[in-house]
Amino acid sequence: MIIEVKNLIKKFKDFTAVDNISFTVKDGEILAFLGPNGAGKTTTIKMLTTVLKPTSGEIKIGGYNPVTQKDKARHSFGIVFQDSSVDDDLTAYENMYLHAVLYGLLRSKRAEKIQQLLEFVELWDRRRELVKTFSGGMKRRLEIAKGLLHHPKILFLDEPTQGLDPQTRNHIWEYIKKMNVEEKMTVFFTTHYIEEAEKVADRVFIVDQGQIVAMGTPDELKQQTSKDNLEDAFIELTGHIIRDEKADGAGFMRQAGRMGGWRR
Amino acid sequence: METIYILWLRQIKKYWRSKARIVGSLGQPLLFMIAFGFGFGEIYKKAGGGNYLEFLVPGVIAMSILFTAVFSGLEIIWDRQFGFLKEMLVAPVSRLQIMVGRCLGGATVAVIQGLIVLIISLAIGFRVTNWWLVIVTLVFMFMIAFLFTLFGTAIASVLKDVQGFQLIVNFLIMPLFFLSGAFFPLTGLPRALSITVQANPLSYGVDALRGTLIGLTQFGLMTDFLVLLGVIILLLTAASYLFSRIEA
Ligand SMILES: Nc1ncnc2c1ncn2[C@@H]1O[C@H](COP(=O)(O)OP(=O)(O)OP(=O)(O)O)[C@@H](O)[C@H]1O
Ligand SMILES: [Mg+2]
Repeated sequence: MIIEVKNLIKKFKDFTAVDNISFTVKDGEILAFLGPNGAGKTTTIKMLTTVLKPTSGEIKIGGYNPVTQKDKARHSFGIVFQDSSVDDDLTAYENMYLHAVLYGLLRSKRAEKIQQLLEFVELWDRRRELVKTFSGGMKRRLEIAKGLLHHPKILFLDEPTQGLDPQTRNHIWEYIKKMNVEEKMTVFFTTHYIEEAEKVADRVFIVDQGQIVAMGTPDELKQQTSKDNLEDAFIELTGHIIRDEKADGAGFMRQAGRMGGWRR
Repeated sequence: METIYILWLRQIKKYWRSKARIVGSLGQPLLFMIAFGFGFGEIYKKAGGGNYLEFLVPGVIAMSILFTAVFSGLEIIWDRQFGFLKEMLVAPVSRLQIMVGRCLGGATVAVIQGLIVLIISLAIGFRVTNWWLVIVTLVFMFMIAFLFTLFGTAIASVLKDVQGFQLIVNFLIMPLFFLSGAFFPLTGLPRALSITVQANPLSYGVDALRGTLIGLTQFGLMTDFLVLLGVIILLLTAASYLFSRIEA
């Protein structure tokens, strides 16, 4: 098992964002981590990747504990974050180069690899421009190119394709799939495009309000809910109500939390 | 090693690209030199102090280093805001290297800023007593710069958002600067003030700059050097501990 999570909990003050979840991910698996807004997906990924400290619970990632063995754990994964992680005052190329150095890419391979990926996301012609002049989709593509620069054992992708056009999304998933097959790289991703999960994921976890409400292959989940596509199965499992309109305490808290600019 | 270099380079590039900021940040030191240097010049001379501009310039150089250095340490707050902090935090390199790279970059920028002020001061009439000693001045400028970049980094590591920023400027940086002997000689001060000034590491920086530029020192260059070095080691330990605990 390349990822093992047991009784993981994350509380922000007295609000529980991740509520006692446990799961394992097999080596080489492509796993989709799905759930409505505010379900706790990003928070979970941040704990797996040493960015946030869990309130309680155990995590093993590539065999290491991201709380007590941060450095070793960091060597085993790469990540594309949901929100920006590039430096707006640097150019696309400089961001890529900095990343290559931080991740110890061999000097002799850097230029070639950076060019290959920038061409792949169609930013090679704009490589000398400052990132702050980029459109939202261009920034997203740069984030992805950066994330694919080195080939980790586990790749975390938090809504990697959000806001991208369908051709680009397809193109990117093909690339990731290829890395998964050729290098046996484990992929752990979230998305709100449920059809992406249906197409590429080996297994799907569905989270809602901080808890895992269903696990299985796309086919199993469809059977379980007797729906003929994953999107309907997802809606069935997580309820039809839009979270934000729910008037109960938790729903309100989530909304307030999201609107209140907590992203520090 | 390359991690340190690349993060150093990042600071330099960002500085170089913000020309408006460079020019803007020179306004204040220039104002101080002209308003105080010429404004108080007569009074100071009558009081038997000699040339006030000469006395003042090393203080103003220290001031611009102080501000540039602390702010570049505090830039971590903006990195957090814009997301780049995450990039550094998940990278499989040691926190110490990341921090040292950033701080060396910030310190280099602060030294450049200090040098520009020195050049401007020469243009308005400041005279260096011994040009050879300017090499030693540079060493001290770098020590001041590195020390206060570390200081800014340590603060930014515990600060969660931009709100606390103004507070820091008013309650930390301003007192550090005004209570450092940058403006006034340290002789004949009231006891409480004298102790405060001696507890302020910037005082030793100002003293060292004055010592090497115009040959006037209160504590002696060796004391200045040892105090600055000691504080740097202390802050390096504190800042790297605090930095390693950051969450994004
Ligand atoms: N730093 C924080 N402080 C307080 N609350 C937080 C913090 N980070 C996340 N939360 C809250 O935790 C809950 C889960 O957030 P999270 O970002 O993990 O959701 P998500 O599943 O990734 O949602 P989305 O699909 O919108 O990205 C939300 O209600 C959010 O407001
Ligand atoms: Mg999210």
